[in-house]
Amino acid sequence: MRQLLTGNGAAAWGMRLAGAEYVPAFPITPQTEIIETISGWISSGELDARMVTMDSEHSMLTAAGTAAATGVRVFTATSSQGLLYAMEMLYTVAGWRAPFVLVNVSRALSSPITLEPDHNDVLAARDSGFLQIHCSTCQEVVDSLLLAYRLGEDERVRLPVIVNLDGYYLSFTREPVILPGEDVVSRFLPPYDPEETQFRAKDPLSQGVAVLGGSHYSYFRYETHYASQNGLSVFAEIGREFGDLTGRFYSLLEEYRTDDAEIVFFMIGSFATKAKEAVNRLRDAGQKVGLLRPRLLRPFPEHAIAAALRGVKGVAVVDQNISFGKGGILFAELASALYHIKERPLALVSFIGGLGGRDISNAEFYEMARVTAEAAQSGKIPPPRLLYTKEELARIQGLKAIASAGLHKEQ
Amino acid sequence: MQKTSANALIPTSHLLGSGTATCSGCGALADIRLFYEILGEKTIFVNAAGCMTLLTVYPFTPFRGSWIYTAMASAPAGAQGVRDALDLLLAKGRLGKEEDLQVVVLTGDGSAYGMGLSSTSGAMERGLDFIYICYDNEGYGNTGHQFSAATPHGASTATSRGMTGFPGYKKDLFSIWAAHNPTYLATVSGADPLDMVRKIKKAKDLRGPRMFIALAPCPTGWHFDASQTVKIGKLAVQTGIWPLKEYVNGKVEHTRIVTKKRPVDEYLKMQGRFSHLFEPRRNEKVLDEIQTRVNDYWKNVEEGE
Repeated sequence: MRQLLTGNGAAAWGMRLAGAEYVPAFPITPQTEIIETISGWISSGELDARMVTMDSEHSMLTAAGTAAATGVRVFTATSSQGLLYAMEMLYTVAGWRAPFVLVNVSRALSSPITLEPDHNDVLAARDSGFLQIHCSTCQEVVDSLLLAYRLGEDERVRLPVIVNLDGYYLSFTREPVILPGEDVVSRFLPPYDPEETQFRAKDPLSQGVAVLGGSHYSYFRYETHYASQNGLSVFAEIGREFGDLTGRFYSLLEEYRTDDAEIVFFMIGSFATKAKEAVNRLRDAGQKVGLLRPRLLRPFPEHAIAAALRGVKGVAVVDQNISFGKGGILFAELASALYHIKERPLALVSFIGGLGGRDISNAEFYEMARVTAEAAQSGKIPPPRLLYTKEELARIQGLKAIASAGLHKEQ
Repeated sequence: MQKTSANALIPTSHLLGSGTATCSGCGALADIRLFYEILGEKTIFVNAAGCMTLLTVYPFTPFRGSWIYTAMASAPAGAQGVRDALDLLLAKGRLGKEEDLQVVVLTGDGSAYGMGLSSTSGAMERGLDFIYICYDNEGYGNTGHQFSAATPHGASTATSRGMTGFPGYKKDLFSIWAAHNPTYLATVSGADPLDMVRKIKKAKDLRGPRMFIALAPCPTGWHFDASQTVKIGKLAVQTGIWPLKEYVNGKVEHTRIVTKKRPVDEYLKMQGRFSHLFEPRRNEKVLDEIQTRVNDYWKNVEEGE
């Protein structure tokens, strides 16, 4: 079945196809369409699930975790401030090893408060224990929901999974989407088997118990780390299996025109589709440019990335986030993955752009490719560049003048 | 009619295991012990950060039933997830009726009176079928007894050590909870086990939000000898400071009217947290105020009932 769906609609369909039974919810822009859609289906009788609107995202994540720990398939969704408000529980429920799926519709963080996207929200959850799948198209959103449940529920993993899509650019963009049929879903995603992770009168269980001392603590933290790392091979396996069933194969990385590429853009999320357009134009102009986009950010597919970048001269890392006082988060992740590789790219150049939904233009992609090629050739690596044009600077200075005009009058 | 002694009404099966990490003389543990005797092992305790978090320390638990530790603010939300999941499993036949569990939230006053109010309000507003036990030791107990919204006026705590003690007044959580019109709501005290047992038994057979605020005298936080827990618990009721009451069908009823109340001094004097009100000299102003507030409370009760 092929239809036009927004990213949010695709997320709701993914939940529906996956047969999630329980949806603790709390509305936040730009996630709301997801829970509105699910609520609509439930009230019309199209969907047999239970949705409960909680008092906050913190409560929502708590209920999601305890319901998963009781043995049902759980879906929930949030964005931005909501994800941060729930952050204590993200870290907490991951340790319960009860899998479920959380869709995050990326939106930049306060302050200043805004509605449009970047990735500082989801990257704040980077070390929580949740696995992270990042989507760049609406099709990928639907498919990633199914992959996420299969991945998280795998006995080698048993961790909750975040499926991330960018607010506005993907959440509200309609694209043609092929919805996997029930036959495909039933073959790919068996009903949730909670194994021993459930509460029943005859098998009492204590969850989330305290430990005394660093040794016990370390043991459980290491276990979670290993489980997360297992996610790499499991994802590769199920991504192939999904491809066999649907023709849409999902590997750890999307490699776009990288075969003979000398310069590669490295980025996540929907802005990667902008980079693809730039790659096509640069290729038309005879430049050997490609794009590398990790689908999984946790676990981080560093070996696959290193292999994909073998022979590449320069990498332009485009971070849609900013770690104040350090720079781009992906840049640091990539650098650490490549440090011990002998044939690593000569130049890693850091660019920060697309914050709060700011566009990244074709011209900027060309410039990033140029700067990176130059760095690879000269061996001189420029400092991280924060994308901003002279026109933007002039505009904000104009606005500042307007904002302070009254003040000057009074003086 | 069969004669029943008071002792026979109080179960003593010692269902909750011993050897826990609580302080000796812990009033909260005494309360929980009695709850557990009646609610039994077909329960899941959903715990919030507080003293009782350390009941279950890997790999040991005093509970014969299930347990989950959530976080300080959201135990009632955790209860919602468990209850809903159990209901889904029951409805779909993936869980037999005999496998069902009573969902019990367990939090201290720090969570109940403050950080957890929002999630508790949500759970009551949705009519969640659960039991909530707040063990009220009138301060942030496990962090060293700093004052909380449940701390009584004048009490010295780790963060109110001045000569006048805690300047605020104990929040009226009972009324806040009652405003949500829960199925059942009661205050209890482990030192009044008959009243407590009757209330827990009553609540056990009801459905919906069933809320308890249990007085939990705290030797280490209130500064009294561990042997005095029961005596202090009794005095709390006998002085009228801790009214035993319940809320059913929109009406508050006091379950124990003490006709000859003891002066509050008797209760306060026994606790180091109030010693600054007596030594080096009596602080008449604060003591009068505490007594007057208790008198006013009961005057209102008598006029209202």
